[in-house]
Amino acid sequence: MASVTLSEVRKAYSGFAVIHGIDLEVQSGEFLVLVGPSGCGKSTLLRMIAGLEEITDGTISIADRIVNDLPASQRNLSMVFQSYALYPHMSVRKNLAFGLSNLRMPKDEIQRRVADAARILQIEELLERKPRQLSGGQKQRVAIGRAIVREPQLFLFDEPLSNLDAELRVQMRVELAGLYNRLGTTMIYVTHDQTEAMTMATRIAVLNKGNLEQIGTPYELYNAPKNLFVASFIGSPKMNLLSGKATGNKIELPGFGALAFVGAAGEMTVGVRPEHLSIGEPDGRRAEGTVTLVEYLGSEVFIYVALIDGQTLLAQAPGNASYKRGDKVHLSFRGADAHFFDSKGLRIEAPR
Amino acid sequence: MLKFLRRNFAGYAFLSPWLVGFFLLAIGPILASLYLSFTKYNVVRPPQWIGLEHYFYMFEFDDRFKKALQVTFTFVVISVPLKLIFALGVAMALDKGIRAIGWYRALFYLPSILGGSIAVAILWRQLFNYEGVVNSVLSLIGIQGPYWLADPDYALWTLIVLAVWQFGSPMLIFLAGLRAIPQDLYEAAEIDAAGPVKKFFAITVPLLAPVIFFNLVLQMIEAFKSFSGAFIISGGSGAPLDSLLFFTVYLYNEAFSFLRMGYASALAWVLLLIIALFTIVAFWTSKYWVHYENERG
Ligand SMILES: Nc1ncnc2c1ncn2[C@@H]1O[C@H](COP(=O)(O)OP(=O)(O)OP(=O)(O)O)[C@@H](O)[C@H]1O
Ligand SMILES: [Mg+2]
Repeated sequence: MASVTLSEVRKAYSGFAVIHGIDLEVQSGEFLVLVGPSGCGKSTLLRMIAGLEEITDGTISIADRIVNDLPASQRNLSMVFQSYALYPHMSVRKNLAFGLSNLRMPKDEIQRRVADAARILQIEELLERKPRQLSGGQKQRVAIGRAIVREPQLFLFDEPLSNLDAELRVQMRVELAGLYNRLGTTMIYVTHDQTEAMTMATRIAVLNKGNLEQIGTPYELYNAPKNLFVASFIGSPKMNLLSGKATGNKIELPGFGALAFVGAAGEMTVGVRPEHLSIGEPDGRRAEGTVTLVEYLGSEVFIYVALIDGQTLLAQAPGNASYKRGDKVHLSFRGADAHFFDSKGLRIEAPR
Repeated sequence: MLKFLRRNFAGYAFLSPWLVGFFLLAIGPILASLYLSFTKYNVVRPPQWIGLEHYFYMFEFDDRFKKALQVTFTFVVISVPLKLIFALGVAMALDKGIRAIGWYRALFYLPSILGGSIAVAILWRQLFNYEGVVNSVLSLIGIQGPYWLADPDYALWTLIVLAVWQFGSPMLIFLAGLRAIPQDLYEAAEIDAAGPVKKFFAITVPLLAPVIFFNLVLQMIEAFKSFSGAFIISGGSGAPLDSLLFFTVYLYNEAFSFLRMGYASALAWVLLLIIALFTIVAFWTSKYWVHYENERG
């Protein structure tokens, strides 16, 4: 187990900056998930921690030791690649043992560790097979097995489940969480899957265009997003964003009318999550609209409602709600459930 | 049959230049040479059937035949591995991502285009002459070079150098093969604490094995058949002291200097069988060291 500290870490590819000075502290034993849109630099950041990519500027330390100039093999970490990167010409057993024999570990110790990993991951019958004779899920297990035999102080995962089908992904997610609980090793996990991030992380770091937007527990990110980017990135389906005008003691929201709000005047954005937008409740502040699309998911229904001004909002209703396209409905929300963002997109804590 | 012909006439018409070439210029002479190898034939008089006599004579009495085999084997065994190692080395250096790689590729490939030509063989003779460029350069650093071409101990080496210098085409094939190895395997190996040597032998070589094998077979066949360099540099006779008596040179001499067409044909068939034998052995051993990615095993 080890803590990982990044300070002012930058990366540029031949002058073109892709990571713009990131400070990040990963505590020992933490499961940190890195999320962000495609191309935001998640893999680059992870590969810099791994030692596969040079750091242009800043320092990275693992277990309080600066590793900037330490080769990947000496950082005492394991990495699971999106492509699995299994050695195609070696049997599963050799794939698992390769790193250990490079470390000149005694044979019986290697054998013990390989057997342990195979048992934990239930790949004992596959040990003599070649990677091409394995299914995607089995390859994934072998890749994880290769990571755990090292008994490293840090695990790095780069979208390890993204090549699996939905069902297998859920299963492996649970297994990975189980593995984490069992080993307790520090993990840094890159994904763009919301559910993976929310369910597995002790903390999530949201990256955007090479900047760290926010880091916090899944609860914090969901309930108190620091800015508009995090607000719309975390949560699926997305938060509804309404633009309005603050006048000092209230906000004018087109369609909904006035919302009490004490603060500076100016352009504002009000965010409401779909599950906080209720349909048909007759109390005070409400907007009229027409249902344009209904998505039935069984336990819940997503209802797209076009307001009179043309804006479409998404509301979530229980699975037994019976709305149809074309229905005229009223939308409302509680002021306490709303998120407020100023004209720069930064969160404003509403005075309660 | 007629219907078949009518339907496919256009196809065969387009194939005809090749078909004519293949049957008249390739299959015909091949079969003729097989027949001639069982005859005594000096071009002037009609061939005279003697059965396997040429073959018996070759293996029992012909010392020049044995010398030719020895020279050819030596050449193949030394030049092919050297050329492949050199080609792989250069390919790996280029694969590391050098600027203007296209220029280097062209530059390194050039000898392969020129190398087989008579002109280059003549140039080679000038270079390795006792007063040639090679010895002048050597004398600059205080070494008196030998009589490269006149000394039987050195003559073959000039041809080996000439062959290795034509490393361009195996290099290009290696380069393509290296490009096909996924980069993340090297990264996984990096994390698995494999050093450069370990990466080379544990990742590069096994994954490149099909390409290495392909190059090995191709270059081996080419080396067995190589002719023009030895012919020019040895003055057409395999001199000095038969040290450049390549199998092909011997064959040429028998055929066109001594007009022993029947015997030369027999020699040609023996060379074909030797090449076939080596190729079969190579394929047979490949089971044990060549790993094919897309093959079920
Ligand atoms: N070797 C490279 N040379 C130049 N630019 C690169 C290189 N590798 C990555 N980049 C750029 O760096 C940025 C970040 O890439 P990175 O692979 O880290 O994104 P990512 O967040 O992992 O995206 P994804 O979710 O699609 O995997 C991208 O704009 C990419 O184009
Ligand atoms: Mg990535």
